[in-house]
Amino acid sequence: MEDYEIVIGLEVHVELLTKTKMFCSCLTEFGAPPNTHVCPVCTGMPGVLPVINKRAVELALKTAIVFNSEISRFCRFARKNYFYPDLPKNYQISQYEEPLAKGGYLEIDGKRIRFKRIHLEEDAGKLLHSETGFISFVDFNRSGIPLLEMVTEPDIGSPEEAEKFLEKLKQILEYLEISDCNMEEGSLRCDANISVRKKGTKELGVKTEVKNMNSFKSVRKALAYESKRQIEILKRGEKIVQETRLWNEKEEITESMRTKEEAHDYRYFPEPDLVPLEINDGWIEEIRKEIKEMPDERKERFKKDYGISDYDANVLISHKGIADYFEECVKLYNNPKVIANWIMSEILAQIKGKVLKKEEIPLKPEYLVDILKLIEENKITVNTGKEILKEVYNTGLSPCEIVEKKNLLQIQDIELIGKFVEEVIRENEKAINDWKKGKQEVISFLVGQVMRKTKGRANPNIVRNILIEYLKSLK
Amino acid sequence: METLKLSIWQLRELYKKKEVKPSEVVMSLIEEIYKKDKEIHSYLYINEKAIEQAKKVDEKIAKSENLRELEGIPISIKDNICTKEIPTTCASKILQNFIPPYDATVIERLKNAGAIIIGKTNMDEFAFGSSTENSAFGPTKNPFDLNRVPGGSSGGSTASVASNLCFASLGSDTGGSIRQPSAFCGVVGMKPTYGRVSRYGLVAFASSLDQIGPITKNVRDNTILLKIISGKDKKDSTSVNIEVPDYEKHLGEEIKNLKIGVPKEYFIEGIDREIKEKIFKVLKLLEKEGAIIEEITLPHTSYGIATYYIIATAEASSNLARFDGVKYGYRSKNYKNLFEMYTKTRGEGFGEEVKRRIILGTYVLSSGYYEAYYLKAQKVRTLIKKDFELAFEKVDVIITPTTPELPFKIGEKKDDPLKMYLSDIFTVNVNLSGLPAINIPIGFSLNKLPIGLQIIGNFFKEEEILKVGYVIEKNIKEEKYE
Ligand SMILES: [Zn+2]
Repeated sequence: MEDYEIVIGLEVHVELLTKTKMFCSCLTEFGAPPNTHVCPVCTGMPGVLPVINKRAVELALKTAIVFNSEISRFCRFARKNYFYPDLPKNYQISQYEEPLAKGGYLEIDGKRIRFKRIHLEEDAGKLLHSETGFISFVDFNRSGIPLLEMVTEPDIGSPEEAEKFLEKLKQILEYLEISDCNMEEGSLRCDANISVRKKGTKELGVKTEVKNMNSFKSVRKALAYESKRQIEILKRGEKIVQETRLWNEKEEITESMRTKEEAHDYRYFPEPDLVPLEINDGWIEEIRKEIKEMPDERKERFKKDYGISDYDANVLISHKGIADYFEECVKLYNNPKVIANWIMSEILAQIKGKVLKKEEIPLKPEYLVDILKLIEENKITVNTGKEILKEVYNTGLSPCEIVEKKNLLQIQDIELIGKFVEEVIRENEKAINDWKKGKQEVISFLVGQVMRKTKGRANPNIVRNILIEYLKSLK
Repeated sequence: METLKLSIWQLRELYKKKEVKPSEVVMSLIEEIYKKDKEIHSYLYINEKAIEQAKKVDEKIAKSENLRELEGIPISIKDNICTKEIPTTCASKILQNFIPPYDATVIERLKNAGAIIIGKTNMDEFAFGSSTENSAFGPTKNPFDLNRVPGGSSGGSTASVASNLCFASLGSDTGGSIRQPSAFCGVVGMKPTYGRVSRYGLVAFASSLDQIGPITKNVRDNTILLKIISGKDKKDSTSVNIEVPDYEKHLGEEIKNLKIGVPKEYFIEGIDREIKEKIFKVLKLLEKEGAIIEEITLPHTSYGIATYYIIATAEASSNLARFDGVKYGYRSKNYKNLFEMYTKTRGEGFGEEVKRRIILGTYVLSSGYYEAYYLKAQKVRTLIKKDFELAFEKVDVIITPTTPELPFKIGEKKDDPLKMYLSDIFTVNVNLSGLPAINIPIGFSLNKLPIGLQIIGNFFKEEEILKVGYVIEKNIKEEKYE
C-alpha cells in the first residue's frame, strides 16, 4: 500500500437555492406532490423556449468569486444530448466548452484543491417505480432546478481528504446561502474520479469513475474501497479498466456499471435557443458586495468579539445556522461564554448533527436566553434548566410555561428548605456521628440528600448554609 | 362570396361600414373550405369555434364599438405553431393527437388584435421539405395546377391564401419555407429578420434559423400582420428589443436613388429562363422608378445548401429528441422495454424525411465528426453572412429570383432528396445570415404558373423590402404585363 499514491478528482453538483427554476418560473420547493411545480417549459412540450434565471447566474458568480475562479465575461450554454425518461427534452441544457468560470481553488489544511471549472445546468426529473416493477412514473418537479457543477483537478490525495474537501465546500456554500447541500435529499451530489500510481511516477494511472454515494462518509468509504481494489489489481500485475463503477452501500463495494466503450456520445453543441451570457465587471462587483462574512473570518471575529476559545469558535462557526443562532442569543443576553457552552453541550446534542438554518432550530433564541436568565436569577438550577431545554425542544412551549406547569421554580424559601434539612438529619444518624468525629466531607453527602428530596429544585447554596448552621447547633 | 377575395384592409373597411358581418364571412369561408379544399388540401383542421367568435364581433359592430386591428379577420396558421386547445400536429403522426395547453406568442398577439383562427394548415412534416408532399396526412396541391406542388414547407398556408380560403396566414421559414411556397402560389411571403418575431410556441426545426412570418394576398396586408407579430418577447431570449416601425406608413415612399444589388451568383445556369426574364423586366421597371441597379457578388453563395443541411439537421436532431412517447403524442403499442418503446415510437411515428434528417443531424454532431462538419459549417455560415454584410455597405436591398424553377409536378422529386434540397438554393443563405427577405409575385409563366421575386434587406430593415415590394406590386397591377 505504501508504495502507491491515490489521485482523486471530484465532480460535485449542488442544487441552487433560487425561488424559481433555471429556465422557467416554476417553484423549486422540495417535497411538493408529483408534477405540481411544472409548466410547458420544464416538461419539454413542443415549441417552448428556455429563459435564463438571472438569480441562478448570480449564485454561480458568488461561488466563482469566493473560490477565486476566473469568470468568463462571455459564456454559452450547450445541449448535452441523451435519451432518458426523466429528461423531458432528451437533452440537458448545460455548459461545455465555455463554462461560467474556470480555475480557482479551495484550501483545506493549507493545501489548495484546484477547480477545473464551475458551470450552470438544469436538473432532470425523478423516476418513480411502481411496486410491481412493471410501470414507472416521472415526476418533473425537479426538472429544470438550477444545478451548479464544480469539477476539481485531480488534487485530492486520499479518501479522507475528499471527505474534508466536501465538508469545507458544504460549509462555504451554506455560508453563501447558495445551497442546502443536503446529500440525503439530493441537493448535493458527488461523483469521483480515482486512480492510483506508484509513488514517484508522474503520469496518472487509469482512472475509474465512482458514482452513487449518498453521504460524505460513503464517499470516503467508496474511495477507500476503490483505491484498495485498484492497488491490488496493479500488484497482481494486471491492468485497470477505465469504467464507471457504482458504490453499493449495503455491501460496501463498488461494482462495474459501464466501460469506456459503452460510454455515451453526448453530441454537445451550443444551445441555439439562448443568447450567450455576457457578464460585465459591474455585475461581478455587485455580487461581490453580496458576499458576507465567510467561515474563517467569522471564527476570528467570534474569538475577538466574544472572547471565546479557538476550539469553541470553530465548533460554533462550523454551520452557518449555529453561528447565526449564537449571535442572535448574544444579542438578547450578553453572556457569550455561557451561551457558547449551552449551545455546544445541549443544543448540538439535540440537533444530533442535522444541520439546520437558524430558523429551523426548534428552540428559539429567546427561549434559550429565558432559561439562562432563570438560572442566573437562581430561580432554577442548572439541572432543571437542562430538563426545561429538552422539554422546550420537544414541545415548543416557552420555558416560563413549562416552569409554571411543572412547578419547577427553585426553592429559595429558607423555612421550606429547613424542613427538608431536618428530615435528612433525622434519617442519617450515622452521617451525623461521622461529622461529629470531624469528617467534613459528610456535608456534601447531606446536601446531595436534600437535593434528592427536592428533586434538584432547592438552591444548593442555601441548603449548604442551613445544613452547616444546623450541624453547628448540634455541637 | 366575393368578399373572400378581399384583402385584410378592405374587409376591415366593410366591417366598419357595417356592410358585412364577420359571422357571415366566417361561415361562408368555412363552407368554401369544405367545398374547395377537398382538392387542394391546404387545411388539416378547421376551427368551427370561429363562428362563435365572429358572432361576438358582430355584436361589437352592431354597438359601433371600436374594432381592433384584426378584429373579425379569419387567419390560417401553419400547423407547427402552437394554438391553445386546437390540435397542433406538425403534419406528423407522432403529434397527431397533440393539443397544446398554450398559445404561441404570435397567436397571443393575433388574438389580442382580434384575429380569428380559422384553421391549421398543412405542411411538410416538422417543416422538413420543399413541396408539402412530406405531410403524414397527404400532400397539398398547387391551386394554379392541381398536378403540381404548392412548394413547402408552408405549402398549406400559401395555398390557403392563394385560393382565398383565408385572409392571411402565418408560416415559418427555416430555409425558404415561407418564400419558396409563396413564389409557387403567387402570394406575398415574408421571412423577417432573425429575432424580429418571437419563436415561442413554434415547434422548433432549427432554432438558429427558424422565423415565423406573414403570408398575405398583398404587400399592405403583410405590413399589417408583421407589425402585430413583431417585437421582443420575454419568453424568447433570441427575440430582439428593437422598436417595431409602422411598416404600413412606409408604403408608397419613393425609391429614387435606392441602390439595388443583383448578385451574379444567383443567375447561374439551370435557372428557369422565364423566371430570369421576368426578374430582369422588373429590374428595368425599378430603374424607371429611379432605383440604381448594381451587380454585386456574394462569393460564398454556392456553399449555402451544404452548410444549411448540416446546421439545420444538427439542430433538428436535438429538437426532435423530445418526441419519445413518454409525455405526449404517439406511443407504439408493442414494446418490451424502454429502448424498444423509444425506437418503435419514433420508428413508427416519424416519416421518411424526418428520419433521414435526424440521422444526418446526429451524424454531424457525433464525436469525431463534429469538427469536420458542424464546426466547419458554422465557419462557412459566418463567411456567407459576411458576404451579405459587405454587400449591404454598398446597396440598400438585394433582388434575386425566389426559386430557380417553376412549381414542379407532385412526385417529381420525392425520391431524390438532393434535387429537392436544391429548390431552396436561393433562400437558405438568407436564413444562415439572419436577414429579412420577402417573396413578391411578379406574374405568371406561359403555362400560367406563378413566378416570384425575392427582395433581401439589411438586418431589421423590413420596411425597406416592403417598400420596394409595394412599388413592384403596384407597377405589375397597373401594367398587367403578363
Ligand atoms: Zn416550469
